[in-house]
Amino acid sequence: MKSSVIVFPGSNCDRDVAVALEKFQIKNQMVWHDESSLPKSDLVVLPGGFSYGDYLRTGCIASKSRIINDVLKHANEGGLVLGICNGFQILIETGLLPGVLLRNKKLRFLSKNVFLRVINVSSKFCLNYNKKNIIELPIAHNEGNYFANDELLKKLEDKNLIAFKYCNEKGDINKTSNPNGSSNNIAGILNDKKNILGMMPHPERLIDPLLSGEDGSIMFESLLT
Amino acid sequence: MKITTEIIDKHGIKPTEYKKIVNLIGKEPNLLELGIFSAMWNEHCSYKSSKKYLKTLPTKNEKVIQGPGENAGVVDIEDDDALVFKIESHNHPSYIEPYQGAATGVGGILRDIFTMGARPIATLNSIHFGNHNHPKTKNLLNGVVSGIGGYGNCIGIPTVGGEVKFDNSYNENILVNAMAVGLVKKNKIFYSKAKGVNQPVIYVGSKTGRDGIHGASMASAEFDENAEEKKLTVQVGDPFTEKLLLEACLELMKDDSIISIQDMGAAGLTSSSVEMASKGNLGIEINLDKIPCREEKMTPYEMMLSESQERMLLILNSGKEENAKKIFDKWGLDFSIIGKTTNSKNLVLNFNRKEVANLPLSSLSSDAPVYERKWKKNLISKKVKLPKDFKSLKISESLKKILMSPNNSEKSWVWEQYDHTVMGDTIQKPGGDSSVIRIHGKNKGVALTVDSSSHYCLADPITGGKQVVCEAWRNLISVGSKPIAITNCLNFGNPEKNEIMGQFVETIDGISQACKYLDFPVVSGNVSFYNETQNKAISPTPTIGGVGLIKNLDYMMTLNLKEIGSYIFVVGKTLGHLWQSEFFREILEIKDGPPPEINLFNEKNNGILIQKLISKKLVNSVHDISSGGMLVALSEMCISGKIGAKIKVPRNNISPHEYLFGEDQSRYLIEINAKNKDEVSEILEKSNIYYEIIGKTQKDCLYLNEECNIKLTDLSKSNSFWFKNFFKEN
Repeated sequence: MKSSVIVFPGSNCDRDVAVALEKFQIKNQMVWHDESSLPKSDLVVLPGGFSYGDYLRTGCIASKSRIINDVLKHANEGGLVLGICNGFQILIETGLLPGVLLRNKKLRFLSKNVFLRVINVSSKFCLNYNKKNIIELPIAHNEGNYFANDELLKKLEDKNLIAFKYCNEKGDINKTSNPNGSSNNIAGILNDKKNILGMMPHPERLIDPLLSGEDGSIMFESLLT
Repeated sequence: MKITTEIIDKHGIKPTEYKKIVNLIGKEPNLLELGIFSAMWNEHCSYKSSKKYLKTLPTKNEKVIQGPGENAGVVDIEDDDALVFKIESHNHPSYIEPYQGAATGVGGILRDIFTMGARPIATLNSIHFGNHNHPKTKNLLNGVVSGIGGYGNCIGIPTVGGEVKFDNSYNENILVNAMAVGLVKKNKIFYSKAKGVNQPVIYVGSKTGRDGIHGASMASAEFDENAEEKKLTVQVGDPFTEKLLLEACLELMKDDSIISIQDMGAAGLTSSSVEMASKGNLGIEINLDKIPCREEKMTPYEMMLSESQERMLLILNSGKEENAKKIFDKWGLDFSIIGKTTNSKNLVLNFNRKEVANLPLSSLSSDAPVYERKWKKNLISKKVKLPKDFKSLKISESLKKILMSPNNSEKSWVWEQYDHTVMGDTIQKPGGDSSVIRIHGKNKGVALTVDSSSHYCLADPITGGKQVVCEAWRNLISVGSKPIAITNCLNFGNPEKNEIMGQFVETIDGISQACKYLDFPVVSGNVSFYNETQNKAISPTPTIGGVGLIKNLDYMMTLNLKEIGSYIFVVGKTLGHLWQSEFFREILEIKDGPPPEINLFNEKNNGILIQKLISKKLVNSVHDISSGGMLVALSEMCISGKIGAKIKVPRNNISPHEYLFGEDQSRYLIEINAKNKDEVSEILEKSNIYYEIIGKTQKDCLYLNEECNIKLTDLSKSNSFWFKNFFKEN
């Protein structure tokens, strides 16, 4: 499998995700935002960070980068796209995923491990979570409060497009297990064709027992199956 | 413009100092030149009151690659890796504008690290606020924490540790000390010393604006009632630009284009150009028309004194300009050739084709004034009469009250606002004795801690100075590392006052004694004087940032209890010293009395013994005993491990209160698996180390006796209550 990690000015999880991809033998290339075309890739990753310093609106300026044209093409042809944290924000700004990401309910940056229930275990990203669907991953964001109107929420639920929901240790999805106020506890969503995943938690940060867990590894293993 | 005594005074220059200036340069300075003197001769940049004493600190051993005098200190961490680190204060600006003050404090210290060619891998901080009931505290705390987070989160360097403290003495002068740590290959370290004549001087980074003019001078004076009016002297940070600057500099550093490099920190372009040239024993000529300016019609005076952030000064090997410019263009940063090195040994500034300043560099650096300020010995705080019945106070209630106090509460409200896991190498998160960062791609790590103990230092600066060094050493040992070196940030009041100078001199004495004994040298740091408002000074607050090496992460230790049925050992002797303890402070409101004594001999031996036990894999968990005493330390181990303990106060001459809450130094709590109990006891006895076995781990409760039998959930609730309640988030 071949991947491309897009590096925007201000990306700061680009190295972390590249390390994770390579750990699982995915052949990765770093692609500067100003390039006009993607190298041949099965997977494109938009990494976390503060592209363009979050100026104007998170993900907004990055969504107008030169490379995005080719990312859109790749996505529309059914290629895999993974947006993590700021990458999710960029995916929303490009229109590849619906909804908006608002500031966290408590108006504070939030960096901690949270529990997630994997809702859709049939996408290419999450196949292997069918063995373990309550997982722990870190979040680190200021604007991760996913908002969708009732119509969109219904569609996401009905079509099984919700990838992850925040929950507690036991898997209960409720208000107290919602760290940022997001609609229906949503932590990550898929597009209709399920080839695009946007998520706030960082799977690339939990790929090693020394880092207090390996639940992130399961996603990279899924990509290879 | 005629230089009047009023103008001289406004520049913070004393009449005698002005005379010295005229003598040194053989003329009356013009306004620009006076401004430059004011920037270089102020306390913050010149260390004129502290220099004499700083020289007494130990700064070398076989691990030290670079001691004080550079942008940051550098130590050897084996396999060709070196660790670059420094702590710095940003106190004055943070009080005036907490978000920007704290943010630029982080930005400034990060530049000190990557200036040396190192990629920053972690930041830490020590922040002190006034009483929590003081009307400004909530806003300042909130602003400082968001400022630190705002900068570190955006640039993508994990904020992994620190401390948050409250005390009346910081009501009008908060402290924001930021530490940064970076990793570099031993043969790729960059320095600030210029070399060679006619080499191009390059300005890179953000444009120069009118922010932060005279920031360093502001930080070299007391606040008066108009402190708020100083807002314009606070710099405004842009972590996004700093991220670009970081990547661009590291990219350029891959080859040999750079001769020397220095960030524009305090006193901006002035101090960077002066320091680089004078370290190289050269001259420097700058054409101010070439400075990238953010605002129109900026004067030479403003350009030289601006403290706009995210700027660097480079001296390149002539001929490398074009290649370097390409890199900075790629990252969208300004790149301007602004001058050259000369052999004149003077700083020459040109503007609009006229020479606007010409000063011998020696007058700004080596000939700057050094003072031997008068100082007074401190009287050690006296014991007062104690309430007779304090020994009948309920232990369980006292414990909960201490755990609920602002200073002893767990601080996740704070550190959850800092991205502490970015870069994927944070092995031990905030909340432990030290944070541990893995060296990328290897199975070794570094332990990092920041500590201060202003109560002890106020009561007795010598003992306090020793204690804070030992505390850092102990915190590093507790996670299984070998302590290497420290950086210090020395926060004090007005040094022109004998008693403040006395606190400073004695604190340094204490730090120096401990560092020498423990072979724990000081490799970098800064001094912040004038933390004083309307004659009220802060308590003397030396902040120590310590680093240690864990050669093999399989030997890392944590403080959370691991299993039920293991034994709890107290290593080190408990004498029951309650003066200056949290128990006296929080429960009895007694703030007098001497701090606990430090016995450096025991400190070292106990520490080495703990290292030995860890290296033999005989220990489940380790926690040093500090603020709050043994019972607070044990509670922290229980809470984080979700395991209880049943303990008994050993029979001796002291009361349970003294045993459980005494803050005697050089002690550790260790959890030992039952099968290792005998071996550990034997090692301790053979090494003549005092220890006691106080009990065993058990399920669910911390049990001392019928009266004191506390559920872990209650302990945990007490410990995490305060911050959320303070910010009404419960």
